Amino acid sequence: MADKPRLSRQAMCDRIAMEFQDGWVVNLGVGIPTLCSNYVDPSRDIIYHSENGVIGYGPLAPEGEEIPHLVNAGAQKVTAAPGMAIVHHADSFSLIRGGMIDATVMGAYEVSENGDFANWRFPERKGGGIGGAMDLAACAKRVFIALVHNTRDGKPKLLHRCQLPITAPGVVTMVVTDLGLFDVTPEGFQVRELAPGWTPEEVQEHTEAELAVPDTIPEFRLRA
Amino acid sequence: MKNKVLPSFEAAVADVPDGSTIMVPGFGTPGTPRNLMSALVDQGATNLATISNSVNRDIAVLVEARRVRKVYCAFTAPTHPSRETPFVRMYNNDEIDAELVPQGTLAERIRAAGAGIGAFYTPTSVGTELAEDKEHREINGRTHVLEYALPADYAFIRAWRADTFGNLQFRFAQRNFNPIMAMAADVTVVEVEHEIVDAGGIDPDCIHVPGVYVDRIVKIPPEGIFD
Repeated sequence: MADKPRLSRQAMCDRIAMEFQDGWVVNLGVGIPTLCSNYVDPSRDIIYHSENGVIGYGPLAPEGEEIPHLVNAGAQKVTAAPGMAIVHHADSFSLIRGGMIDATVMGAYEVSENGDFANWRFPERKGGGIGGAMDLAACAKRVFIALVHNTRDGKPKLLHRCQLPITAPGVVTMVVTDLGLFDVTPEGFQVRELAPGWTPEEVQEHTEAELAVPDTIPEFRLRA
Repeated sequence: MKNKVLPSFEAAVADVPDGSTIMVPGFGTPGTPRNLMSALVDQGATNLATISNSVNRDIAVLVEARRVRKVYCAFTAPTHPSRETPFVRMYNNDEIDAELVPQGTLAERIRAAGAGIGAFYTPTSVGTELAEDKEHREINGRTHVLEYALPADYAFIRAWRADTFGNLQFRFAQRNFNPIMAMAADVTVVEVEHEIVDAGGIDPDCIHVPGVYVDRIVKIPPEGIFD
């Protein structure tokens, strides 16, 4: 039987962005997480921080209006939001380690039920790509992970324990996949919302870790 | 005040000896000293070490010419295996040495070198394989690892604006690693994108790097590299 439709990457990131509160300083990782900035709630000011020292960048620059010197962590040309400030790289990471980041959103290869996650290295290969991930993971107030629920060949990514070298231990607070939203609690992954049409049993079949399932589960919140 | 302006990139990098450690700022394209790196390719120094965020296209030219013995950076593997570079192949074949450093730790190690700090403790990387061989210490109830300052012989800098004494300004995200690298190297060489004004031509309250850290300045000519 073919799988039911899954959530789009944009829907996943819309849902994560709905968690951002007014005035939060948020760092978006490269890849899927950058889509979070496409969700705009005019009632909330979100200050987007980028590792290269940009505090308060705006949406992607429209073609022809790019400022060559203004890029985000993914080297995308962005606009200057009102109130933007620039610092050098050491000050940018002082801001991260000093606890000023309310939430960081990152991609991952694996997340485990104790809040570990892995996103920098495959052990069969030498080296890795860390960037700012370890600083953000260790020091942000909240670590949100956006990842598709299964690998291309169907293997689960929400695990009892990570198999890959981890980026930081016990830091993930929330995971959004193309099958739902899961809080990381002392009891492991707790289902908060599920993708339209999916039952807890069906999602469990695609998950290695045991999911804690409340009595009622609302449908996944989509952009209005 | 001393006028530190030199006529060419060739003159600015002429004395870089074999075996030097060179800081190369830049994050994405902004703030990358591409003209100085190009001049270094022509100059011929070898057995180099580089300190940078990633092995960018300019460092890659030296790496592929087998003139770099070691790189310090925050990325030694591509995010996707299909994006493998010659550097990654050489690293996997043990043809070049690399030290992988989390980006914030890299920035702080550079800052420490310029600030006269020998080492520091950070919570970054605790609990990962990167921290396995490092000294750990509990400070205020949190586990930290010891990280050492990372100095260099040369820093190549890309600035937006300078005065003839070497006071520097950067534009937006061009700043990135530039100020801390300018402070951390024995010799700091600057390529200037927009203009070089007379000493005193920049408001002292708006200077990002004071000229005391800067040794040589070159204006990028119209035919130079501006991206």
